[in-house]
Amino acid sequence: MSNKNIDHILELSNELRWQIGDDFHDNLTEGIYADAAQIVSDTVQVDDSKKRFRLDRQIDKIVTSKTFGFPIMFLILATVLWLTIIGANYPSSLLAQLLLDNIHPALKSFAASISMPWWLDGFLIDGVYLAVAWVIAVMLPPMAIFFPMFTLLEDFGYLPRVAFNLDNLFRKSGAHGKQALTMTMGFGCNAAGIVATRIIDSPRERLIAIITNNFSLCNGRWPTQILIATIFIGAVAPSAFSSLISLLAVIGIAVLGMAFMFGTSWALSKTVLKGQVSTFNLELPPYRPPRFWKTIYTSLIDRTLIVLWRAIVFAAPAGAVIWLISNIYIGNESVAAWTIHSLDGFGFLLGLNGVILLAYIVAIPANEIVIPTILMLTVLVTGIDGGAGAGVMFELDSANATADVLKAGGWTLLTAINLMLFSLLHNPCSTTIYTIYKETKSAKWTAFASIMPVILGFIVTFLVAQIWRIIF
Amino acid sequence: MDTKVKSACETCAHFNADGLKKLGISTENVDFVIALAGNPNTGKSTVFNSLTGLRQHTGNWPGKTVTRAEGGFEYNKQKFKLVDLPGTYSLLSTSEDEAAARDFILFGKPDVTVIVADANRLERNLNLVLQILEITDKAVLCLNLMDEAKRNHIMIDERTLARDLGIPVVPTSARFGQGIPELIHTISEIANGNIVCKPHRIKNVPSNIENAVKTLSSEIEKEFPNVPNSRWIAFRLLEGDTRIINALKSGELV
Repeated sequence: MSNKNIDHILELSNELRWQIGDDFHDNLTEGIYADAAQIVSDTVQVDDSKKRFRLDRQIDKIVTSKTFGFPIMFLILATVLWLTIIGANYPSSLLAQLLLDNIHPALKSFAASISMPWWLDGFLIDGVYLAVAWVIAVMLPPMAIFFPMFTLLEDFGYLPRVAFNLDNLFRKSGAHGKQALTMTMGFGCNAAGIVATRIIDSPRERLIAIITNNFSLCNGRWPTQILIATIFIGAVAPSAFSSLISLLAVIGIAVLGMAFMFGTSWALSKTVLKGQVSTFNLELPPYRPPRFWKTIYTSLIDRTLIVLWRAIVFAAPAGAVIWLISNIYIGNESVAAWTIHSLDGFGFLLGLNGVILLAYIVAIPANEIVIPTILMLTVLVTGIDGGAGAGVMFELDSANATADVLKAGGWTLLTAINLMLFSLLHNPCSTTIYTIYKETKSAKWTAFASIMPVILGFIVTFLVAQIWRIIF
Repeated sequence: MDTKVKSACETCAHFNADGLKKLGISTENVDFVIALAGNPNTGKSTVFNSLTGLRQHTGNWPGKTVTRAEGGFEYNKQKFKLVDLPGTYSLLSTSEDEAAARDFILFGKPDVTVIVADANRLERNLNLVLQILEITDKAVLCLNLMDEAKRNHIMIDERTLARDLGIPVVPTSARFGQGIPELIHTISEIANGNIVCKPHRIKNVPSNIENAVKTLSSEIEKEFPNVPNSRWIAFRLLEGDTRIINALKSGELV
């Protein structure tokens, strides 16, 4: 079949192309539209007399208006976050009580009853089990609230309006307006946001969207932000305003992330990824009332459980590593203590400390376990009471207890602010890095997308620390 | 025990709930391959989910389906594989998602192409429908979002539409599962050759172009007697589409 002689067909087509002229494409398109119009005029009837009040258009006028568009966006974001923060507290503490206070001791005594060797018991129950339990207790409730709310907004049709509002900013920074959609996906999970960049046609703009997606604060990082903001930022405000102040701090970080996204996109499009901004049609679909229970159900099953499962898969080995590095000794210092001490100097420069840096190294697989790792390591090096022993991840019952441990570890308001900044500006988690590689098929860009945010994080925290120390 | 009939629909031959089995992602040894095409945001993924029982992510924003999703269902002991294509406004440009959709309809040779259209925006949706009908003659129009059209007081004469397009038209509200049994039945009828389509071909073309297309397509038919869409290939050749030229050279189109 492959040897068909089609040269004469091609020749004929070239010849005919000259004859029919340049506007062939336009003529054909017009022809199609004329056909479509004819068919529609014969088959479709619109009852104009009953043309109802166009609610769609009225809503759009408000949510995409120049004056109200942005405030409404932040208000919705704030509401979703607020409900997540408030609502997640109770189930979180219930789960923590069940998994950490009841099941953990039960497992320990069971291990003792069958006289399991101490290292196996520690490795499995204090390492792997606790890491997994912590991730479930801390992540499941916020996700189970955040994802359904996000999906409801998505089904309702709000996302394209967000893209519409942000389009101008993205265009000014040399990126594609659809990046607004992938950015919002990134607020749930950066890996998902990066897969979603496939909607961007131009390879240049798609690469920008992939590289900068990490600046969307992902689900694994929200809890860190919320916890640290509550403990340190909220604590400096009068108690009546403390939760409002901490909420504003978290939103501030999220907005800062968006600012970094625009800045980096702009810098990239002016340097290594130069090129034209492509235009596109963005359809603002009609608002559709979401099918409430169905949405809740599918977002719980499909999003929440999948993300949770991933977190568990990564948390288990990370828990094991934490337990190992705190229990393997070189000389008379554990590997963890030794690393922390050698990172302390660099950490001080950044307004952080060795513990935080080591926690971020250990937590590359899953951002969710940063806080428990920090607490555990702090207890380990400062030797204060409150922890459950070397290499045991734990979550203290109240934010106050957590604050006590951290303050004993030499934490100040500066440490807290810089930890929030560093949590925003550091390398993507391993899943995201792998996804970037799969989507770009380029080791160079993967390395760039992974290292650039860390360097940015170092610079920003360094500057903040220096300025802070000059002022105070 | 008597089975209580809930509605008249269940007594109808079209309903045939017993004959339907949703197969999820298991698509081995299929009898027929079905493509799901349409404009962005017309509910293709929702139709896909209700046919396969899968829970492919749906959302109210255009461009949500970026990966080709596959699933299956069984109807009257025949297995159907369903491929959810990315939504496109046209098949004439060259962006990646449009090329993916077009290549599948053209080279994947689906047994039936289900074109999902938004009943509220039929005119704009017909642009893609008419292009697809130039490529394949086994298609069904799934007129989705009928519930919204009703709210907007839009009435569509489905019979005339079916006659004008030359393919079956099935009105659906996929979000509520309405019209899906009829859609499945129609798909099966087309796949088995019980319904033969005589698809609409684009008419309002200037005569000089029409003549050129006729000359070229008769030449193509001489060389490839079995090609069902010589007219469309002629359109593409006149446009200078290299992908089609190469496909013609390698014999992929036949």
